[in-house]
Formats: sequence, C-alpha cells, structure tokens
Amino acid sequence: MRYETIIIGAGLSGLAAGIRLAMFDKKVCIVEKHVEIGGLNSFYVRKKRRFDVGLHAMTNYSPKGVRSSPLGKLLKQLRISHDDFRLCQQEVSEIRFPENSLRFTNDFEFLRQEVSEQFPDQIDGFNKLVEKILSFDELNLNEGGCLLSRPVLESFISDPILIDMLFCPLMYYGNAREGDMDFYQFVIMFKSIFVEGFSKPQGGMYYILNLMADKFKSLGGELRMGNGVKTINSKEGTVYSVTLDKDGELETEAVLSSMGYVETLSCCQPKVLDLEECKIGQVSFMESLFVVDKEPRDLGYDKSIVFFSTQPRFNYKVPGDLIDISSGVLCCSNNFKFPEPLDDGLIRLTNLASFGRWDCLPRKDYISAKKEWRGRALDALFAFFPDFRDNVVFLDSFTPKTIKKYTGHINGAVYGSPQKIKNGKTSVNNLYICGTDQGFLGIIGATLSGISMANLHLLK
Amino acid sequence: MTIEDVRQIILNILADIAPDEDISSIDDNTKLRDQIDLDSMDFLDIVMELRKRFNIEVPEKDYEHLATMAGCVSYLTPLLKDRSMAS
Ligand SMILES: Cc1cc2nc3c(=O)[nH]c(=O)nc-3n(C[C@H](O)[C@H](O)[C@H](O)COP(=O)(O)OP(=O)(O)OC[C@H]3O[C@@H](n4cnc5c(N)ncnc54)[C@H](O)[C@@H]3O)c2cc1C
Repeated sequence: MRYETIIIGAGLSGLAAGIRLAMFDKKVCIVEKHVEIGGLNSFYVRKKRRFDVGLHAMTNYSPKGVRSSPLGKLLKQLRISHDDFRLCQQEVSEIRFPENSLRFTNDFEFLRQEVSEQFPDQIDGFNKLVEKILSFDELNLNEGGCLLSRPVLESFISDPILIDMLFCPLMYYGNAREGDMDFYQFVIMFKSIFVEGFSKPQGGMYYILNLMADKFKSLGGELRMGNGVKTINSKEGTVYSVTLDKDGELETEAVLSSMGYVETLSCCQPKVLDLEECKIGQVSFMESLFVVDKEPRDLGYDKSIVFFSTQPRFNYKVPGDLIDISSGVLCCSNNFKFPEPLDDGLIRLTNLASFGRWDCLPRKDYISAKKEWRGRALDALFAFFPDFRDNVVFLDSFTPKTIKKYTGHINGAVYGSPQKIKNGKTSVNNLYICGTDQGFLGIIGATLSGISMANLHLLK
Repeated sequence: MTIEDVRQIILNILADIAPDEDISSIDDNTKLRDQIDLDSMDFLDIVMELRKRFNIEVPEKDYEHLATMAGCVSYLTPLLKDRSMAS
C-alpha cells in the first residue's frame, strides 16, 4: 500500500494539512511520535486538572461572517464554522513598562487612543507606521529580501521606549530572531495581535485539537500515534518512503513535515544536509502555571494578558542565566469573556529561557533550579504586581528542555529557525515542510501554514 | 445533464465551500468573487470538488472560465452533458 502523502507531526499545521488532503480523498496518513496530538500547543493532566501547554490566547480574532481575515480563511478552508471554535474574546490586555502602560482590546482604535495619550508627540509617526503596515503584503510566499523592523520603526517613531513597547508582545508571540524581527513577521504579528486581537476557545486547546483530529478521521484520514519517523528515504533525489522508530516502512509519493526544517533534513536518507550551514533557532521559554483559590481579578489581576518589562528597555534574546526575569508575559485565562466562569483561577507566567543552560543541569539540580528560578521570577514580578503566593493551590513549571522532549524541536525553539522557508520546498523532490519553519507562527499561523502548503504542493 | 443541472451543481459546491454566504441571488454574469467572498484558495476548492465529484480536470489555464456562473455553465456543460446528477 502506498500513500499519496505522509504528514509528519499531529500539531496544528499537520492536522490542518491533513484535513485539506483528506477532504479531497487523498490517501493521507499523519505520523506522530508523541502519544498526544497538538505538538507545541498540546495539553496535559496533573492532579485531575487539564492544562494547556501552549495556549495563552489565540491571535487573529475576527467576528463571525468576516471571511477574508486569516481566521475566516482558515475556517472556510477547513469547513469548520465560526461557532464550532467557540471563541470567547479578551477583555483588556496591557503592555506595562516601568514608566508607561499601553492597554489594548480587540478594537484597534482603543490602542491608537492610548498611544496618543501616553506618547502625544509620537502619534503622527505611529499613524504613518500603521498605514505602512496595513498596506504591506506580508503573506507573499516568494522569498523577498530580508528587511528588519527596527530601522523601519525608527523611521516613524523617535521614542525608543514606544518602539520597545510595541515589540514586546509581537516578539513574545511570534519572533524566532533575537534582538530584531523580520518586518514581514512584524506586520503579521501587529495585525494578528493589535488590529485583530485575542480570544480563547471554550474548552481550551483540548477541544480545538480534538475537533480537528475528528474532522480529519471522519474524512477518511489515518492518524498513527506514538511512533515517530526515523528516516525519510529518497531515491534519485525524490522521496519514496519513511521508516518509523518502532520498525515499519510506509511508502508514499510525498512527505509534508512539520518537525522543523533542520529536524526534517537531518532525517533524510541519503544525507542531504550540511548542518553547519543552517541557522538553528535559539529562542525558548520557561512557563509556570499557578492555580489560585480566587478569581485573579480579586487578587488584583484584571487584565487578560500583560506583556511586561521591569527595565526601561526591553531585550528579546536568549538570556545568559537560566531565564530572564526582567520581562515576561502574564496570562489570566479567567479574564476572557467566557459564558460561565472557569472552575479554577489560573495565572501563567512566561519568561525567556536558555535551552543550553537548562540542558546541561544534572537531574537533581534541574528540579531544584526550576523551583529557584520560579521563585526569582515571582520576586521580580511582585515588585510591580500584587503578591499572590499565599493563594496558590497548585503549581507547575516547564522549561525549554520539556519543550524539546515533547515536540522534538532543536533547542526547544518555540518559533523555530530565524531563517524561514516560505515556499516550503526542500532540496529533495516531493519533500515539503510546513508549520514553524515555513514561517507562519502561532496557533492560527501554523494552521494556515498547513493549509497553504497542502494547497500549493499537494492538491494541484 | 441539462444546463440547469450544471448550474445547480455549481451552487451545491459553492454552498459547501462558503456555507455562510447567501447564494440564492447569484447573478450569472457578474464575477463570483464580486458577489460572494471567494479568493484564489476557494477557486482551488471549486476545481478540487469538480475532480472529486465528477473526475473532471480543469487545467490552470482554464480557471478564468470559472469566474462567473455563466462561464462555469458554458465551460462545464459540454464536459458533463452525458452524466447523470447522481454521479
Ligand atoms: C509555552 C508556549 C506557549 C505558546 N503560546 C501561544 C499562544 O498563546 N498563542 C499562539 O498562537 N501560539 C502559542 N504558541 C505557539 C504555537 O503553539 C506554535 O506556533 C504552533 O503550535 C506550532 O505548530 P506546528 O504544527 O508548526 O508545530 P508543532 O506543534 O511542533 O508540531 C510538530 C509535531 O511533530 C511531531 N514530531 C516531531 N518529530 C517527529 C518525528 N520524527 N516523527 C513524528 N512526529 C514528529 C511533534 O511531536 C509535534 O506534534 C506557544 C508555544 C509554546 C511552547
């Protein structure tokens, strides 16, 4: 038996690509190494509570009926209705720096107003920047030159604090590069966070992932869990099969891989890759979850998401220490407009982290370091925010090492390599990549990546 | 299949790929993408549905014939005339 396409990975991009192919009766199989679906955006159960690993919020909120937006396109292509995603919008989010605060909602004019009040001498420049952003074609799949954002922003805005404040959420939610950001990526993230905005699905990622997996299976797609791809085999430069970890070989006409670019090429037999030449992603995070015994707003946390820096200048790079406590993201799931209050109060704290520093710790030091650095991150936080330590009833943390273990991404690099392969092609015929390293990031981005790579290479 | 049948087939496909759109008032001579929200991704879906349902291949150079309902009907009727609706 021979498949038309084998998809590697049952994360969001793999599932979305699978739905597209199965919808048109292609013989398709998704091969996933882990025993759960979801990849970087999965879920786990501790003490009878189910936690989302990746989900703070879905970006790109657009209301029902808007079909030309990224979310609208995604739903249309997967033939899922807006109602089925059960999206609940954010209330208010905030970018908080020592001297300034900018709040934003799913109405862009709210942010524009905030900028004009907080940075009155910058509002004209900000408005011109917004015009440039709105008219930019960020989704062009042809490789363009590499245009960085900082110089572009500096040509419109002269206050470096405002520039850093705009960067902070956009980098945390979708930047594989340290220090600066590709401008097309800045535009994607600006639109998806500031212009469109945040929501959360009722039932969390668990619900969305199952919706997608069920759709894939009901269309006749095959899903193989708990057995990863060991090698991708080619003959005369064209893919013909994959070999699985727990033996077995599956023949196929094409392979679409969401493992990451270098991760994919490293699996190729015969070898195709000079690893030295590839830029490998470095940016990763530590995240701690705190279940608290009250609604977060009763503890003084009334925002949906807060992107903060405790220093006047924000620095997005791999820290020299295990984590960087000088900036972070705070997310309170409860502060979204759910029809009914959630069972528990939940606060999540995310900080930049160094894979290398975590990876070299021996096991017992690793466990104690998690505790120590969680404590340090909280100390830094409580210099600006109310202390909730006495209200914590359950807590858990994960590190770049956890992310690597469960998703296979080298360095636990959540946003993959800074060099994206926008057209999804590799040097091996009929081997394509989608997801993180193709260049559309985040939940909505990864899903659109799977759809567009399936359309471009495997459906025509 | 009659011209009316072919028109109905296109409506059925549009209803599937754009479930929230009102397709009852489509004007046959105005571009589809000006009446309902269709982009190039959606045109791929129309082509893929024709392949799936009727085994018809529409080469990329012919996509322009699918721009209006009238165009779809005149392009597809010769290809479908010997088929029955049930296929
Ligand atoms: C802590 C954290 C918080 C995040 N928060 C948000 C957020 O709030 N909002 C947002 O939009 N995005 C968020 N993201 C990002 C988002 O989760 C990702 O961008 C997205 O899930 C990437 O999907 P993907 O399909 O590209 O890759 P992945 O999800 O990584 O999918 C790849 C899959 O391939 C599998 N795989 C790897 N190697 C093999 C192999 N050899 N054989 C078989 N299978 C293999 C992996 O197990 C995995 O399931 C967050 C991520 C993290 C880690």
